[in-house]
Amino acid sequence: MIKLKNLHKSYKMGSSSLHVLKGINLNIEDGELVAIMGSSGSGKSTLLNILGMLDTADKGDYILDSFKIENLNETKAAKYRNKFLGFIFQSFNLINYKTALENVSLPLYYQGISRKERQQIAVDYLERVGLKEWATHLPSELSGGQKQRVAIARAMASKPKVLLADEPTGALDTKTSCDVMDLIQKINEEGKTILVVTHELEIAKMCKRIVKLKDGVIVEDSKVKQVKASSYV
Amino acid sequence: MNNLKVIFDRDTWQEIFGSISKNKVRTVITVIGVLWGIFIYITLSGAAKGLDNGFERQFENIAMNSMFIWAERTSIPYAGFKTGRNIQLTLSDMNYIKKTIPEVQFIAPRNSRGVFWGGPPLVVRKNKSSNYNIYGDFPDYTRIATKKIFNGGRFINEEDIKFKRKVCVIGERTKTELFEKDEDPIGKYIKIDDIYFQVIGVHKFIPGGGFETDGDIFIPFETFKRLYNTGDDVMWFTIAAYDDADVVSVEKKIKAALKRLHNVSPEDDRAFGGFNLGEIFNKIMGFSKGMTLLSLIVGIATIMAGVIGIGNILLISVKERTKELGVRRALGATPNEVRNQIILESVFLTLIAGIFGIILGAFVLFGISSATKDLTDFPYTNPTVPIPYILGALFLMIFLGTLIGLIPAQRAVNMKPIDALREE
Repeated sequence: MIKLKNLHKSYKMGSSSLHVLKGINLNIEDGELVAIMGSSGSGKSTLLNILGMLDTADKGDYILDSFKIENLNETKAAKYRNKFLGFIFQSFNLINYKTALENVSLPLYYQGISRKERQQIAVDYLERVGLKEWATHLPSELSGGQKQRVAIARAMASKPKVLLADEPTGALDTKTSCDVMDLIQKINEEGKTILVVTHELEIAKMCKRIVKLKDGVIVEDSKVKQVKASSYV
Repeated sequence: MNNLKVIFDRDTWQEIFGSISKNKVRTVITVIGVLWGIFIYITLSGAAKGLDNGFERQFENIAMNSMFIWAERTSIPYAGFKTGRNIQLTLSDMNYIKKTIPEVQFIAPRNSRGVFWGGPPLVVRKNKSSNYNIYGDFPDYTRIATKKIFNGGRFINEEDIKFKRKVCVIGERTKTELFEKDEDPIGKYIKIDDIYFQVIGVHKFIPGGGFETDGDIFIPFETFKRLYNTGDDVMWFTIAAYDDADVVSVEKKIKAALKRLHNVSPEDDRAFGGFNLGEIFNKIMGFSKGMTLLSLIVGIATIMAGVIGIGNILLISVKERTKELGVRRALGATPNEVRNQIILESVFLTLIAGIFGIILGAFVLFGISSATKDLTDFPYTNPTVPIPYILGALFLMIFLGTLIGLIPAQRAVNMKPIDALREE
């Protein structure tokens, strides 16, 4: 599903430049649930941003679903993001003046799907994350776990090929984290490829594969025995 | 992306309405800026138009390019004549002016008793009597100064002149003073300086400058001539130039012609007097045009200030919404979609404010109009704003709204989604 070949990225910091990614090679198959781990400064966020087409690599290839991602202008990147990717953020990033339903249907709006259809799809996904009754509530009326579930529904609504989760449990307590991870595992079991950036080993262990980054290179890449999040609850 | 489709898309408006109604205080304050601008614009230009209309009303009973010319005494000795000689205008002067100055459209010689020379003659009817000013007139006079005649009556016509008829047109006051309350004066007789005249009309008096009153009596010029034995003498000419003629130069030409006829030095500025209504009218109209222009400039400047205010607030709002815009970008909003949304927000706010401002301004103008409706001697009538002005202002607002919206929109687009998302 995702192929990275010798990916490099450096940031200019005044006169010196900071080499963040120093040749990343990574293959992720369809239906994998991968945890990307690393301490801060290891380059895991940069990697996720490049995967999310929010940033571009200086060198190397990025192939998504046998489709080479290169020469992106903003318009193209926006279209690809909308079509291929779903984002889940640490701080949920729901639009605070829109209801849960409107938040979920927003990516569909940018896909140009008609209003009725959009709402139908959004209701379906809210139901899947167990928040159908909360459809008309604003984010401020939801708990942290509920917000993240709305965000997951939103990420799923556009039927992306890959879900990218940046510290999805970073702002949640242990129990809620397990709920959210349980949901992510369920979505993965339905066949969706998911990347989770985290620095918590507990969370990483709930994935099927752990990729450890240190100083811009992959230092460890191993399949693990998945711990079911539901077993914690 | 098809821009027109975006504008007519209900979802676009829902997005815009959502983000505008999110911060109601901000929206209201923004709107007030432009509302005030368009309100000032509408009120000012309407007020200026009212003044304009008022001036025009003051002049509605006399041709706007008319003048009066009369003779005085010479002040320079010339052609063997000594200074201080009295000049007398005559009917032959009229024919000469008509013939030699093509810019003159109408010329009406007038004589009178009671206004400039002599006391007002005694007018008697049955047991009632009073003194009124008498004018000797040609029918052409009504082509220069409008005389409204009440139903059933008429003004002096060519036949009256030809047959030297003893007929007269009386004023409203003359009628009430000499006749019974419900009596119809048409066809009745009154005695002017011991001669019987038949009343043929009652003229409606329109106030607005000049020396005429509501008691004036008009009789045919030829009849006046015989009544007072004035021969071909004329006290003054009332002259109207063609609409496209320059009234100031026409006046000069007429005076020059008269000087030639009467052996007056061309340098003698005091031999002939003149009162040029056209010149005064042009000055007043120039003033009123200046007022209109001023109100336009002030109005447009105020609108601009308001729109710039909208731009400012949107700029702050884009800053506030950086994260939201980043999320939208991450979810697949193209830079164009983000830009369009912000520009449309700007235009929408501007338009809403503009429409409210127009309504408010219209109310104020309506109030002014009602308050000044009954003031006949105050030059103010019907303050309105022409539709093209309003459309022009709306167009200007849309244009400026788009232009000013471009700044925050461009700022929103220039931001990389990744930076926008990082913003806390």
